[in-house]
This record gives sequence, C-alpha cells and structure tokens, in this order.
Amino acid sequence: MDQFTLNMLFVGGSFALYIGIAIWARAGSTAEFYAAGQGVHPILNGMATAADWMSAASFISMAGLIAAVGYGNSSFLMGWTGGYVLLALLLAPYLRKFGKFTVPQFIGDRFYSQKARMVAVVSLIVISTTYVIGQMTGAGVAFSRFLEVESDTGLYIASAIVFVYAVLGGMKGITYTQVAQYCVLIIAYTIPAIFISLQLTGNPIPGLGLFSTHIESGMPLLAKLDQVVNELGFAQYTTLNTSMFNMFLFTLSLMIGTAGLPHVIIRFFTVPKVSDARWSAGWALVFIALLYLSAPAVGAMARLNIIDTLYPQGTQSEAVLYEERPQWMRNWEVTGLLKFEDKNGDGRIQFYNDKNDGFTATATERGWAGNEFTYNNDILVLANPEIAQLPGWVIALIAAGGLAAALSTAAGLLLAISSAISHDLIKSYLNPNISEKGELLAARISMAGAIGVATWLGLNPPGFAAQTVALAFGLAAATIFPSLMMGIFSKKINAMGATLGMLTGLVVTCLYLFTYLGMFFIPGTNILENVASNYLFGIPPASFGPIGALLNFVVAYVVSGMTAPPPQDVQELVESIRVPKGAGAATGH
Amino acid sequence: MADKSSSNAYWSANIRIIMMCMVIWFVASFGFGILLRPMLSGIAVGGTDLGFWFAQQGSILVFLALIFFYAWRMNKLDAEHGVEE
Repeated sequence: MDQFTLNMLFVGGSFALYIGIAIWARAGSTAEFYAAGQGVHPILNGMATAADWMSAASFISMAGLIAAVGYGNSSFLMGWTGGYVLLALLLAPYLRKFGKFTVPQFIGDRFYSQKARMVAVVSLIVISTTYVIGQMTGAGVAFSRFLEVESDTGLYIASAIVFVYAVLGGMKGITYTQVAQYCVLIIAYTIPAIFISLQLTGNPIPGLGLFSTHIESGMPLLAKLDQVVNELGFAQYTTLNTSMFNMFLFTLSLMIGTAGLPHVIIRFFTVPKVSDARWSAGWALVFIALLYLSAPAVGAMARLNIIDTLYPQGTQSEAVLYEERPQWMRNWEVTGLLKFEDKNGDGRIQFYNDKNDGFTATATERGWAGNEFTYNNDILVLANPEIAQLPGWVIALIAAGGLAAALSTAAGLLLAISSAISHDLIKSYLNPNISEKGELLAARISMAGAIGVATWLGLNPPGFAAQTVALAFGLAAATIFPSLMMGIFSKKINAMGATLGMLTGLVVTCLYLFTYLGMFFIPGTNILENVASNYLFGIPPASFGPIGALLNFVVAYVVSGMTAPPPQDVQELVESIRVPKGAGAATGH
Repeated sequence: MADKSSSNAYWSANIRIIMMCMVIWFVASFGFGILLRPMLSGIAVGGTDLGFWFAQQGSILVFLALIFFYAWRMNKLDAEHGVEE
C-alpha cells in the first residue's frame, strides 16, 4: 500500500469516528449545547481539555521551537503547563460552583453590570478569533501536505468536518469528539518519539532518554548536543542565551494567559460537581504532560539527528555529499520546508551558524562560504517518523494526529465564540424573551457563522498570524484572568472598578502591541521599531500580559475603593461560590 | 452566625493552602527553573544541571503533584467543615 493510500485511510478513519461520535452525542437542550449537560466524568473532561488546549502549536511547532533555542525556550513548557495550577487553585472550582454557561455571564452577574459583561464579550471574541486563525491554516496545511490536495480544499474539508460535529453536538458533541482526538494525537506523538529515543539512547521513555547517555558517543545526550552545536558556531543548547528577565516575564505571560483563555475555562463547567472540577484540572495536566514531557526530548534528539545526518563522521570531519543525502531529506525538499544551496560548490552540505562573527575564521579555514542548509522548525515533528525510518503507517498516524490537534482546538474556540454571541449577546442583551428552542437555534447559527468567519480568515490569513497569538495570550492575561480572580477573591470590587480595570487592561495591552507590531498589526504602521532598545523598561510586546494584568488589578482596586461597595446580594453570591455545598446543575438564568 | 464563622474558617484555611501551593509553584518554575539556576549549577543531571531539568521537566511534575494535592486536601477540608456537596 503506498503512502497516500495509508494517509487517506488513517485520516478518513479518524474523521468517520468523529462524525459517528457527533451523531451519537447530539445536543437536545441549551444546557447540553453550552455545557454538555454537566454530565462529563472528570477524567474524560481532562482528556477533552487536553485536546482542547493542545493545538497545532503544541503538536507541530513546540518541539521545533525548543530545538531551535534550547534552554531559553523552556518558557513554553513551563508557561503552558503552569497556567493549569492557576486554573485549578484560583478559578475552576469557583466557576463550576457558580454554575452558569459562559465566562462573560460570570463577569456580568458578579459585577452586576451589563457593561462589564459586554467588555468581557469583546475580549473573548478577539482572543478566540485570533487564536482560531492559526488552527484553520494549520489544518489546511496538514491536509495539503498529506492528502495532496490544494491547501484551500483542505481548509474546506476541515471546516465541513468541524461544522458537522460542532453545530450538531455543541459542547456535548465537541467533548466526546475531543476525547477521541486526544487519543489519536497522543499516540501519533508518542510512537515516533519512543523509537527515536530508543535509537539514540536505548531508553524507551523519551523524557528519560533526554537525560541519558548517547549510545554512539558514550557521552550524555545533552553534553553531546552542546558539543556539536558549539562546533558549528551555534549557541550552547543548555545555556541561557537571552536575559533572565525576558525568560521570566515571557513564562509568566504564557502562564497567566493560559489561565485566562475562555475556551479552556468553559471546559470546567461541564463536570457534575465542584470537587470534580478540582480533580479534572489535575487529569487535564496529566494528559497534557504526556506530550509535554516528550516534546523537549523530541526537539533535542531531532536536532542531534539532523546534525548527525549532515556530518556522518562527526562535525570535525567533512559534511555529507549532496548526492548522498537520505531519502527523508529528499521528500521534504519537495515541500520547500527544507532547503539546500551549495554556496562553495564542493558538492557537500555545510550546515553552520554564519551569523556568528566569532566563528567566521573557523568557517573560512574549512573552506565554507556561508550556511548551505535551512529548515522550517515545524518539520521536526512531522518528519520524525521518516528520520527514524519508521513504517508508512506511523507517517499516516502523524497526519491524523496533527489534524486532530488543530480541529479539536478550533472546535473549542468556536464554541466559546458562539456561546458568547447567543447567550451573552442575544439572550441577555438583544432579546431576553427568546425561548430555549430559539436560543439553541441562535447558538447553532452563531456557530455556523463563526465557522464561516474562521474559514474566511484561514483562506485569507492576515500576514500577522504569528503575532496575533501574542495578542490572544496578552489579552487573556490582561482582561479575563484578573477579573475572574478578583470576582472570586474580593468582595469589595464593584461594577465600576471591574469595568474600568478590564478596559484598562484591554486598551493598554492593545496599544503596547500596536506600538511595536503596527496598528491592528498592519505592517509599516508601527510607531516604534520592534527592537529591544525601544521597549518600555525592556518589556517585549509578547511578554506584556502580566503588566496588563497588574494595571487591571490596580485600577479595579483604586476605583472600587473610591466608589460604593457592591450590594448585599452580590456579596452573598461571592460567599456562596466560595463553598462547594449546594452546587446544582447549571442554569442559564 | 455559627454557619458564617464556620465558612470564614473554611475560607481562611483554603487561602492558607492556596498560598502554600503558590509558593511551591513559584519556586519550582521561576525559582529553580530560571532565577536560581546559577546557584544549582553544581548539581549535575544527565549532561546538564538541575536547573535545566526543572525548566524542562521537573516543574511540570511539581505542577501535577500540586493540583492533585490541592484537590485531595480541599475535599478533606470540605468534609471537615461540613460544606461538601
């Protein structure tokens, strides 16, 4: 069976499974559509949360990002998992006790303000829409690469599949589909990782292999990696090559941002009890950790493998002849994600850091005329099975896994958007008298509309897709997280304080990003050049989230201190969400 | 009023547990993984040092332990104060 047939079989099979689940788990009420009827077991909810959270970025890009920089990019590992501690301790149990369907609804009720609720709706839609663009383009690319269709066609197929199970099943359909998608993606990620780890270190657990001995050289794997990258003029893998301040702030930004992402928060509304919400956050992190503990190993081992392939006799000897490069490099050369250019015309491929001035002398001495090999970081995970010379079905599995990661996150985001529109905008603001049936229909129409917008954005991706992710995390950290936390942990914050606090976080964060990245990210409209010397107190735009959060807290406290305290019934509401007793089924009213 | 004071005792106990967990959360990631790494550089772990291990794996394992500890401790606290579901 050829590779294409295998890919079709695996991807088609996984899609049939998702559709089957969607038909079985279709939603009959708004409670099922928004919160899966609060009947999801905490372990299953943990799996669904893990799939919801782990996007194309986690599955495809993260290992490559870590491989490229080494220790400095550990921020992604700590930031994207540490946020779950904040969620589990500070938000999840209380929001479940509150027992409603959406994040803006909590903000509106706790701060007894339609204005606060609308600011939350705007933040939520901006955060989730920017986030969904990357998922749709990611799914389109995966389709076009593995199924040999046009990228646009791939995107239409992806949208159609999401349409079926998200519109039909709502949160209930999405939840059970995400459980299946988690299983597909974790198997797809782990199998090649195990084989690579076995080949390099003899240890079947990639996370342990990372700290084991490299069989070929007899040195510890990381020491070997440090040595070879050093010999090619690259920065040491295990040392910090940026400032401690930057790494600290970026990690904090990712952590707070993770805890403030609405599509993750609403997953904790689906479990039956408050104690289940606590356990479920733990299970979510277990399932996330299964991938995140392997990812740094995949990155480091793939980087070592690539260097080893290019310098078969070691980095001090001659590089490989272009004609003798392995088959997987030939395969990926076709996609343009991996490139060779024989600058010194010796027929060999020299891969080194030609931007390092301290290395120029060595390079000249060896007759090198510039780096001749470049690759896109994303191929490390996708090409992993080929690098490890695994059978074709493993490659097909990676295709299905990448698509599962992108589609599961897209569905979660779309649900967050559609419930904010139908429940917070239509039901509570535009047409409060809408019937349950009418609201369910409105939710389905909003979902279909959101898919349409996401597809359009995927077909016409704004050139700034990568930068908008900084916006999503920055805004989640500056608006949603602080407001939820203050709503639970302080009885003093009132409507005016919360609304102005959120607005401050929203506006200042946007302005800071626009100053360096361009007004609404349009290239050329930035006020200051995006370089470190221009940053306010040296804070990079991608790390601004914690500052926005701090401003939100300060404004909310100062304004609340100067104005009347919240009414008695709101103070009693805060008392009641703090104790688990009396948590019933969620209601929309 | 009895109910009120019991729920306040419950809430301050909860805050104490949260604070303790947050200190560990901070030390394991921002502390050992970033700020204190130079101080831990003497402790070798598989070709590098303890700080690198905390940044890439140790912190995640500590986060996991913290969340499960908190869930277990709070369920016990709920029962002690009679506020369980």
